[in-house]
Amino acid sequence: MVNMQDNISIKSKARITEKTELADGIYSMTLCADLCSKAEPGQFVMVYPNNGAKLLGRPICIASVKKDTADSGEDLLRIVFRTVGDGTREIASYGEGDRLFIEGPLGHGYPTDEAISDRKHIVLLGGGLGAPSLLYLAESLTVLMNTESTVAENAVPKIQEKPHITAILGYRDCSLKHFLADDFRGLGINTVIATDDGSEGLKGNVIDALKETVKEPDLIYACGPLPMLSAVKKYAGAAGIKAYISMEERMACGVGVCLGCVAKTVKEDPHSHVKNARVCTEGPVFDADEVDI
Amino acid sequence: MKSAELSVDFAGHHFRNPLTVASGTFGSGMEYSRYVDIGRLGAITTKGVSSVPWEGNPTPRVTETPSGMMNAIGLQNPGIDVFIERDLKFLEDYDVPVIVNVCGHSVEEYEAVVERLADDDRVEMLEINVSCPNVKQGAIQFGTDPDMLTEVTQRCKTKAKDKPVIMKLTPNVTSIADMARAAEAGGADGISLINTLTAMKIDIYRRKFVLANKTGGLSGPAIHPVAVRMVYEASHAVGIPVIGMGGVATYADAIEMMMAGATMVAVGMISFTEPEAILNILSGMERYMEETGTEHIRDIIGIL
Repeated sequence: MVNMQDNISIKSKARITEKTELADGIYSMTLCADLCSKAEPGQFVMVYPNNGAKLLGRPICIASVKKDTADSGEDLLRIVFRTVGDGTREIASYGEGDRLFIEGPLGHGYPTDEAISDRKHIVLLGGGLGAPSLLYLAESLTVLMNTESTVAENAVPKIQEKPHITAILGYRDCSLKHFLADDFRGLGINTVIATDDGSEGLKGNVIDALKETVKEPDLIYACGPLPMLSAVKKYAGAAGIKAYISMEERMACGVGVCLGCVAKTVKEDPHSHVKNARVCTEGPVFDADEVDI
Repeated sequence: MKSAELSVDFAGHHFRNPLTVASGTFGSGMEYSRYVDIGRLGAITTKGVSSVPWEGNPTPRVTETPSGMMNAIGLQNPGIDVFIERDLKFLEDYDVPVIVNVCGHSVEEYEAVVERLADDDRVEMLEINVSCPNVKQGAIQFGTDPDMLTEVTQRCKTKAKDKPVIMKLTPNVTSIADMARAAEAGGADGISLINTLTAMKIDIYRRKFVLANKTGGLSGPAIHPVAVRMVYEASHAVGIPVIGMGGVATYADAIEMMMAGATMVAVGMISFTEPEAILNILSGMERYMEETGTEHIRDIIGIL
C-alpha cells in the first residue's frame, strides 16, 4: 500500500503586505506566504477569492519571490495582475493585512540552464500582462549569472563572457504607464518599451522592437497574448532561435486533473496521448517548437 | 454507543463508506494522491474512458459561475489501452474499489470498452456515461431517449459479464423517473445522477460565448438542490440503487442526498477547490451520525 507522500504544494493562507495599482486595472500585490517549495520563474499560483460563491482559484504568475528576512522568514510573493472579471476584481479589492488562500507554486517555468551555458544575447519579450512572469525570470537570471562561477563545474560549461539580456516590453499605449519597466531597469537590464500606437517608446509590437534593437538574439523567453506568442514562434522558427513561451488559459483545478487548460501540441503529448498538453502541468512555459499555435 | 457504521452495499458489492468522486473531477487519482489519501475513499470513479483516445473540445473549456462552474472538456481521454496500462496500474497500489466511467459515440464503442474491462479484477463496477452534454455525437442521445437507453444498457450488460453496470443519467430530460425506469428495464444494476446541466454563458463585452463549445455543463453547489430533487424522483421510480451526485460540497449535502434516496454519494467539482473535501465530508458524516444517534448510515437511505 502507498503511504501519503509529503505535500509538495498545498493551499495556504497568505497575508497581503502591500498593494499598488500600477495602471488602470493593473495591480501589484505582495503576499506573505509559505510556498512550501522554491518557486521557479514562470511558475504560477492559484489565488482564491474569499467570496464563498467563487469556488475556483485564479491562476496568476509569480512576479517575484523574496525571503522576508526582517519578519517571519516566510516568502514574500509578488503577483501582478489585471482585473478581467468578478474574481480578479474581488482580489484587487483586498488590501494590506487582508488574508486569502493561495496554492502553489504550480506548473513548469522557464528553463534557465541554457541561458547560462553558451548564450550571448538573451531577449525577454513581454506583451502586456506578460511582463510579470519575465520579471521574476530576469531576477533569477541576474542572480544565476552573478553566481555562475560557483555552479558545478561539470554540469555547466565554463562561461567566458556573461550573456547580455534585453527586455522588450510591449504595451497598448502610454496609459499603461510602462508598468514594471523600472523594475527591469533596476536589475541593470537593458529595457526597451514599445507601444502599439507609438505614444511611448518605439511604435509597434515587441517583434518590431526586437528587429529594430537587437541584432543577433540567440535565446528568447516570451509571455503575452496568444497572437503575440504565435508571432514569436514564427519569428524564432524562421530565424532558428530557441524560444520558450508562457501560455495562458482558463483553469479550474490548476494541477492537471480537469483538463480544462490544454494547449495544442505538434506531437502527441506523452500524458494525454492526444495533441493536447496541460498548460497548468506541462506548461505554462513551453518550447515554442512544441506547441501548435 | 457503537462507532458510526458507514459501510453500504451497492449492487451486491460492499463499500467501506458511501463516498466516491464524480467522474472527471478526480482524474484517476494520480494528481490528487499528493493531497488526499485515496485509500480512505469508499470508491474512486475514474474519468470517462473511450475505445480510442479523444482530443476533446477547443479552449476555453471551463469558466466559473456563481457557486459553480461550466465545463466543455469534451471527454478528452487517452483511450482504454493507456487507461488499462497506466491508470489501473497506478490504482493497484491503493486499497480502493475502482468504478470505471465509460464513454462512447456509438453502442459499439461502449461495448468495446466494457468488453476490455469485464474480466479485469481491478475494476469493481462500470459506470456508463450516456449523459455528457459536450460531445456532439452519441453520448447524450443515448441518455435522453428511453428506448435507446434501454438498448445501450442491455448491450453493455451482456458484455460486462458479472460486473455491475451503472447507467449515469443526464438531468436534461423532462422526466428523470422515465429514464431511471428505462435503465432498470435494460437490466442496469444501478443508476447514477445527475450529470451536468446544459448551460450557456456570454461575455457581454466581447459579445461572444465564453466557452468555445458555446454550451457547457453546469456543476457545483449551484445545482445541488436540482440534484436532490432528481435523485428523489429517480430512486422512487426504481428498485435499483442510486449514486447521488450534483454539487455535493459538505457532509450535510451528502446526508441530504442519501435521505433523498442515494445509497452512495459522489463528490464532484468541489474537489477542484479543495481536493481533500471528500475526506472532510466523510468525517462530517461520522460526526453527524454520532450527534444524531444514527448507528448505521444505511438507516437514512431514502427515508423521505
